Amino acid sequence: MNPAPNPRPRTPFLLASAAVASLALAGIAVQCSSPRPTEPARAAVADADGLRAWDVVYGVLQHPRCVNCHPAGNVPLQGEHLQLHAQNVQRGVDGKGRFDLKCATCHTAANTPGAHMPPGAPNWHLPTAAMPLVFEGKSKAELCRQMRDRAQNGDKTPEQLVEHMTHDPLVLWGWSPGEGRAPVSTPQAAFAQAARTWAASGCACPE
Amino acid sequence: MPIDLEVNGKRVSVDVDPTTPLLWVLREDLALPGTKFGCGAAQCGACTVHVDGASARSCVLPISAVAGKRITTIEGLDGKFGAALMQAWTEQDVPQCGYCQTGQIMSAAVLLKEAAKPTDGDIDACMSGNVCRCATYVRIRSAIHRAAEIASGGGR
Repeated sequence: MNPAPNPRPRTPFLLASAAVASLALAGIAVQCSSPRPTEPARAAVADADGLRAWDVVYGVLQHPRCVNCHPAGNVPLQGEHLQLHAQNVQRGVDGKGRFDLKCATCHTAANTPGAHMPPGAPNWHLPTAAMPLVFEGKSKAELCRQMRDRAQNGDKTPEQLVEHMTHDPLVLWGWSPGEGRAPVSTPQAAFAQAARTWAASGCACPE
Repeated sequence: MPIDLEVNGKRVSVDVDPTTPLLWVLREDLALPGTKFGCGAAQCGACTVHVDGASARSCVLPISAVAGKRITTIEGLDGKFGAALMQAWTEQDVPQCGYCQTGQIMSAAVLLKEAAKPTDGDIDACMSGNVCRCATYVRIRSAIHRAAEIASGGGR
């Protein structure tokens, strides 16, 4: 873990983030981009809170349930130790595999019952080849800058990022990955709050 | 509750547990034994069929997921790619024990639809999910190249 960027004593994270999340949900718009706007009035949450929230978000994004489909190369990963996917499966241009080995060939809309059986969720896929949104091997600062950069994040606004991270069934699968796989260790509700807080901070990123 | 689907161009209705894998419906209820059970875990490719033209491993695909969809099995594979693959497989005498071959051919058919003249790399990218315990891979590769040639008008 990197040291917290702000030395002031931490307030209980969930209480603080709940308050700022409610502000964000009330419609306070913030803008994230890379480089980030410096206009302080745009951020509804202090940088320090945003950075603490990013720590939580980053921890989730580095979990194998997330990294496995955000690899550094063009081969998806599998398992708990970022092994290359068996069967020579490849990303493909659209992130959905190639030829016979498309993701949907084996990954259906729901987990297949039983240990070591193919997991499943609606629209199982990787990011596209043109915008791979790599999580694997990224530092906190690198991934943060990538996430807030619309040229690298799928042209998502902060609101759209939060929506994706908190409601997309493929993301939510990380908390119910089926038998034999570790779910994301941070509770989903805490992750969702952290994501909202980070966005409300103007997508604060560590240096 | 009956589930309706189209199999090899025919509309069928099956009244089975909705979690039943498509493979067992094909083999047991519809008497289409060409599609094989290999591993039951989408690891070997022996059970490959086409669902709306795309490959699927029927051993892990619940029948409820294919309601209303168009299924093609080895028994219904036709058209220029089906014919080309049949000719090439026969010419090259590809199978040994033959158990995996229907899955191999169904996967190869998807490849030919998407790559008229597949490279060795394309073949690797497509066929690595189909395991052959007799290791007929060299003949499979050769037959796919030959089928591509036949399908593009270079037969004989």
